[in-house]
Amino acid sequence: MSTVAHLIKSFTLWEFVKAHALTLKYFFKPKVTLNYPFEKNPLSPRFRGEHALRRYPNGEERCIACKLCEAVCPAQAITIESEPREDGSRRTTRYDIDMTKCIYCGFCQEACPVDAVVEGPNFEYATETREELLYDKAKLLANGDKWERAIAANLEADAPYR
Amino acid sequence: MIQTIAFYLFATIVIASAVMVITARNPVHSVLWLILSFFNAAGLMVLVGAEFIAMLLVVVYVGAVAVLFLFVVMMLDIDFAELRAGFMKNFPLGIAVALILLAELVLGIGAYQTGAIELGDPSGVGAPRVGESNIENIGALLYTKYLFLFEAAGIVLLVAMIGAIVLTHRPPKSRRSQQDVGKQNRRRPEEATVMKSPPVGEGVEL
Amino acid sequence: MTEFFQSLGMNYEWAWFSATIAGILLIALPLMLAVAMIIYMDRKVWAAINLRRGPNVVGPFGLLQSFADGLKVFLQETIVPSAANKGIFLLAPIITFTVALGAWAVIPFDAGVVLADINVGLLYILAISSLSVYGIVMSGWASNSKYPFFSAMRAAAQMISYEVSIGFILVCVVLWAGTFNLSEIVEAQRGHGLGIVNGYWFNILLFPMWVMFFISSLAETQRVPFDLTEAESELVAGYQTEYSSMSFALFWLGEYANILLMCALNALLFFGGWLPPLDVDWIPWFDIPGIVWLFAKILFFFFMFSWVMATVPRYRYDQLMRLGWKVFLPISLLFVAVISGYLMATGHFGAAA
Repeated sequence: MSTVAHLIKSFTLWEFVKAHALTLKYFFKPKVTLNYPFEKNPLSPRFRGEHALRRYPNGEERCIACKLCEAVCPAQAITIESEPREDGSRRTTRYDIDMTKCIYCGFCQEACPVDAVVEGPNFEYATETREELLYDKAKLLANGDKWERAIAANLEADAPYR
Repeated sequence: MIQTIAFYLFATIVIASAVMVITARNPVHSVLWLILSFFNAAGLMVLVGAEFIAMLLVVVYVGAVAVLFLFVVMMLDIDFAELRAGFMKNFPLGIAVALILLAELVLGIGAYQTGAIELGDPSGVGAPRVGESNIENIGALLYTKYLFLFEAAGIVLLVAMIGAIVLTHRPPKSRRSQQDVGKQNRRRPEEATVMKSPPVGEGVEL
Repeated sequence: MTEFFQSLGMNYEWAWFSATIAGILLIALPLMLAVAMIIYMDRKVWAAINLRRGPNVVGPFGLLQSFADGLKVFLQETIVPSAANKGIFLLAPIITFTVALGAWAVIPFDAGVVLADINVGLLYILAISSLSVYGIVMSGWASNSKYPFFSAMRAAAQMISYEVSIGFILVCVVLWAGTFNLSEIVEAQRGHGLGIVNGYWFNILLFPMWVMFFISSLAETQRVPFDLTEAESELVAGYQTEYSSMSFALFWLGEYANILLMCALNALLFFGGWLPPLDVDWIPWFDIPGIVWLFAKILFFFFMFSWVMATVPRYRYDQLMRLGWKVFLPISLLFVAVISGYLMATGHFGAAA
């Protein structure tokens, strides 16, 4: 009996009909993906995106050139050179992040004693050329200025859990 | 006018590509020229109103036979120096074949010009039926006047096919190298899978 | 159309020539447009079944996506591998594309609306579709690269195998219609099923043939369950691996033009072509132009192609060969015998038979 049923099933392509009925059902289901460039998912405050160098509210840059981030970076993406500034404070003369090397592990922001380098919430920074991904200090500071409000809010939201 | 242009176009390409078939150094190029020549021969047949034969030429020769030629020739590992080496050795034979072909051509044209060839009875069973497509004419001829020859040709081809299969068929050496798709299809989910719900921390007895 | 050009003061030959060229353009240009839209539809249907959105950014609903892709491909650099056989390498996509367009010459879009209304239309289609394997085989060989070559081997074997069973299936249709002319085959389907259904699919003997024809046309166009020639997990991208820019685009257009052709054949041979689904007068669908019906049917079959693509996984190569030679070929042969026997027994061919 089961052989007969199996024969009938295989000659009517029953399994295929069933599979196609199922996929047709899915065809009419609502989409599960977001309409991405116009709709975005909420991000966790801990999201590790594009890097930024922050400033104090008075406009002074936070980074004190301690080079902890450079030391901890597992991909060796960070390059720092430093010199004392005219007022005697220790500042970087060069702060480069090679975004093509970076693995977005977040160790740099964990290592930073003054919350200067952070990974902000921005993840849409695709470029047309490779060179544009070799960030220098000016670019990182500009990122910091641009994203400061979002970064500050994220740090605030995440503070109780640290 | 268009017919004339088309005829000379097709005819020139047929002859030119036929020449290329034998002069091309690369066998794959030869096969491709051969295909072009078949194709234009089909064009010539369309011009004389034999569209059925033309289509068959394309379907059978271009679509199947030449693909197999190409299939085999593409996989050859060709040493061009060796190909040219046999030229002097085969030269007398080539000349002989060329002479025979020339003689045949001359005889054929001579015979045609005397007008003695009777190709069929113009008023008998095989006479072309006016107003019908040549598929119907060919069908009517094949299944009435030439039925025996047609069936005989079919049997010859069948014998050739069976012969080729018998000559090349070998039983599989071991069962392991052959996948039995039928057996795979007959397998049911119940035979192949089993549902288990193992308790945490214990393994599964298979 | 010849008369129109003659009225412009041309002699008959030139008028015929101009009319034919105009007819070719009239088919080929909208076909290119249709191919662009059909690629978009393919991606959308596939996406919808995967619960994705598909292309939705370029133009309204992403409608211009194919044109954006085309423009991108057009602006790329044509790379010819240094070890490739240049002439054949560049000839292959042109052949694929030309052959894919050539078959449309005999497709009737409505009663009398056909470029070449020849008596051997169906044979012409068979001949042309058997040519389409050359583009693939030549590209695979000329690329001088292993994966394209494997792909070419697979394509050659696959297309020849399935052409055999397609041939027998077409014989069944031709037996019933009594003609090789596509327009007449469509007309023969008027009221075929119980006097009201237009189309051979309603026939118990021809419906299995349609199912097999549909599956074979998937194999013939190398669509998903049978896309072993471009199986990306095994062969990178198959015969297209070494191609870029316009030569790649020509493959791409040719492939989809072939798919559209197969959809059109499904509609013409089994589903009544330009005729409305039912041959009844009380619904005013004979007022709708036949070309609309044909396009609706082609779109429906293309939807089925996409639907299958989203549903079934790829076949293994030996399964593909088994299906072609051990399942389809015997069944279609059997049906040729059964159908001709039935037609003889019922006196379909008239008293003379």
